[in-house]
This record gives sequence, C-alpha cells and structure tokens, in this order.
Amino acid sequence: MNIARHWRERTTRYRLEGQRHRHTGEVRFPPQPPTLDEDPNDWEPCQLSGRGEIYSFSVIRQAPSGFASLGIYPVALVRLEEGPLVTAQLTDCDEADLAIGMPVEMVTRRLMDTGEDGVLVYGYKFRPCVR
Amino acid sequence: MNNVYIAGMGATAVGEHYRRDLADLASEAARAALASAPGIAPNQIGALYVGSAYSEELYGQGQLGAYLASVLGLSPSIPALRIEAAGASGALALYQAVQAVQHGLPLALVIGVEKVTDHLEDAIEAAQAMAADSNEEALHGVTLTAQWAMLMRRYMHEYGYPADAFAPFPINAHANAVKNPLALYRFTIDANKYRKAAMVASPLNLLDCSTLADGAAALLIAGEQLARELAGPRIRIAGAAVATDYPALHRRRNPLELNAARASAHIALGRAHLGVGDVDVWELTDPHGIAATLALEAIGCYEPGTAPRHAAEGAITPTGQTPIATAGGYKARGDVGGASGIYQVIELARQLSGTAGATQVANARIGLAQSLGGIGATAVSHVLIRET
Repeated sequence: MNIARHWRERTTRYRLEGQRHRHTGEVRFPPQPPTLDEDPNDWEPCQLSGRGEIYSFSVIRQAPSGFASLGIYPVALVRLEEGPLVTAQLTDCDEADLAIGMPVEMVTRRLMDTGEDGVLVYGYKFRPCVR
Repeated sequence: MNNVYIAGMGATAVGEHYRRDLADLASEAARAALASAPGIAPNQIGALYVGSAYSEELYGQGQLGAYLASVLGLSPSIPALRIEAAGASGALALYQAVQAVQHGLPLALVIGVEKVTDHLEDAIEAAQAMAADSNEEALHGVTLTAQWAMLMRRYMHEYGYPADAFAPFPINAHANAVKNPLALYRFTIDANKYRKAAMVASPLNLLDCSTLADGAAALLIAGEQLARELAGPRIRIAGAAVATDYPALHRRRNPLELNAARASAHIALGRAHLGVGDVDVWELTDPHGIAATLALEAIGCYEPGTAPRHAAEGAITPTGQTPIATAGGYKARGDVGGASGIYQVIELARQLSGTAGATQVANARIGLAQSLGGIGATAVSHVLIRET
C-alpha cells in the first residue's frame, strides 16, 4: 500500500465524498480534476448518501495479489441513488442472495491484505440494506 | 500519404516457454519475419516499434526499444521505442509504424512480445488489473475478468440470455485452434463441457476465460516502393485508427457500449473507404464470449442484444457471415497480452493471402483486426486488403 496515496484519497474512501456541479446539479464519484473545458469552480465537494442498488456483480475465485485473505469475494457495480455508478466489493452477504437491482448501502471495511508495512487499508464496501 | 504494406511476418508458438526469455522470443519472431521476406535485409529497417503490456511488471525490463534493438543488432541510429496500452500495446505499436511509413519511412519492424508465465496466477491477475483505474477499481480487488463477468451478467439481465448462450464463442475458438500449430490450446470443447466448467468470476467459467501466455510476433511494414518488389499477393493496411474511453467502467454512461471499439472500427473503415458489410474476416479481442459479443455489436455487425443468437447459428465460424478467431482467438490461441494485436494481423494476412489452411474463409479479401486495452479503454483497428 502506498500510504501517502491512501491518505490523499481519505475523503473518498472513508466518507464516499464526490462532487456536485453547482449549476446542473450533476453528481460524480469519485472526484476528479476539471476537464479542459470545465471551470474548476463549477464542481463542489458533496457527501453521498451511500445508498444504491446493484447494477451487476461477480464473485471472484481467482484473486489478484494482495487479496488472498479475502478468499472468495463478491464485487459489484453499484448505481448510487445520486446517479453515479461505483465499483466496490460487497460484504455481509451470501452469493445466492445477490441479484441485480438489490438495494445496498455503504459500509467501511478492510479492502485488502495487510501488507509488509502493516497498514490496514479501509474503504467503502456495500452490503444488502439492513435499515 | 504513402500506401502501407505487410512485407513480412513471423511468430513464436503461444505457450509457457519456461526455458526461454523475452529476448529469445522476440528474436525468433523477428528472424521469422525477415525470413518470410527474401530480399529484405536487416539494415533496411528504419525504425523499431515494440508493443508489450507487462514487460516491467512481470519481466522487470524497461526500455524495450533499446533493449531489443541491441538484441537484434539493429543500427543504433534508428528510433526504437516501446508502446504501452495494456492488451492493445502491440496494435498501437503497429499503428505508430503505419503512421511512419505513410509519411515516408521505407521500412519498419514491429514486435509484440510478452514473457509472463514465470509468475503465478495472482501476480498475473494484478498485472492485468493495471489496465483499469488503480484508485477506483484495482484497489477494490476487481480483476479484468470480473469486470467482463459483470458486463456478462448485466447483458444476460437486459436481454434475457442464460450463461451458456455464450458457449458458441469458445467452442468456435477451440475448434479453429486445433488447426493452428502455434495455438496454446489445440483441443475442442463442447456445450456440455462449457456448462460443467468451474467458475473463475461468476458468471464467467474456466472455458469462457482466456489464459495469458508467453509469445512474440513480428511484422515488417513497408512503403509502396519496397512492397512492389515482393512476391505473392500484396496485403495493404488500408485504414488504421485509435480511439479511447474511460478506463474506469463505472464512469461510462452505458458500460455495455464499447464506444472506443465502435469509433476506432468506423474511423479505420472510413479511411479505407469501406463499410462494415465489406469485411470478410475479423480478429477481435475475445478473451470471453461477452467481449466478442460487445465488440460485434459496438462495431455494428449485429444489433445490441443479438450477437449470441447469431453466434449460435454459426455466424462466427469460418463459413459464417462474420468469421472471428479463425486461428483460435484469445481463448484458444492464447492471450499474448500486448503481443495479441500482432498475432491478429498475422492471421488476417494469412486469410487474405489464401494460406490459412483448414480455417480459410472462402474468397477473403478484406479483414479488420481490432485490439482492445482493458475493457476497451484503448481500441485500435486496422483494415487489411488483398490487392488484386
């Protein structure tokens, strides 16, 4: 884990902070620099609700390096209620219960193995709505 | 602009070359390309373009331009460079060579090369995931295979297909690879085996997932003057185009639309003054049935939601309307990473020369090779024509 890079991303990874367009109201996540034809002042930070529904999902049985401790794990594209799609792991669920359209909510969980530096990397995941 | 021709080509077998290193594989491919072009000498090569996706991450070698120029003994005073665009690296290297020859360079050498099998599956999955967005996708443990899998599940949901509707793609790929002595998997599979295969990233199973393997392929790209001296039918690169899309799948308005694939194919065909219906044989980035499906639909061969149905009716076989993977495709020839784009063009050149043997597409005169980096974040298309 690149600790400095993780620190820079803290508001996105811990709080699901995106950007809202001051005039159109469009929401995007994660935040990004303004494109060349945009006014940098047009986008302001905005905290997302963390609620959405599953657009699609897969259960990974061949993990990349750094994720062995997760075993077999589900990942999804989640359509947030503010509009953006987001890529994340699912948690607290059984594969058989998952379905496209299922309501999910954001939780903070450990994303990957603890590396040689011993840093626990937390970030957003989604679980079936319990509320 | 000058016309551009394929003057020579050569490739190694695709496989796990435990006893051989990257330089060795690249050398074999380059020597084979020169051997296929009698009358062309190494000192005529005016530039070297190398395409490789994983040479740093899985082989520990940077600066492949200088590295391979010295291995091959090319003149130290010609430009030699390496191009990276994940799986589209080799095709993008070819694109650069085509640009140079169009603008007056007499002869360029293009090499696509990968040496990946020294590593276990987890390192290979992690290297491939670098094609995605590192912050927004790879950090979450999402692999390239899982991303195609999510597109497959969404496609099944939107159009009402079961998973085994995609079986015709790997079945065709394996059937064709049996006839290709350079292919990784030279055995047939059937729908029954497909249904029983173990999951890799649901709903994608083992028989619908390509394997990344070692290999190298090389092309000599020549201008009209040199090409006129060559024997046999001349294969002209009549159109070339590159387009891009968001590497992060979730940033795309509709993830099932491969916009860069559509744009690059149409621009390349436009430059060749041709349309989609003129193409006799295709090479696509087809590591999974869903990948071929979305490419065929993006390019406009079939309406969205219909490609698996056409595939089931035989449209993608060598005798069908849109033959693909005639040498085995990514699934059965093997996914050679950034070298795949060069293997694709070599197969099309064989088809258009009428030397493709058992998988020959009858009267093939025009071919289109499309190579994708990541999930179509980079798309490179080349249109090839046999001159009469």
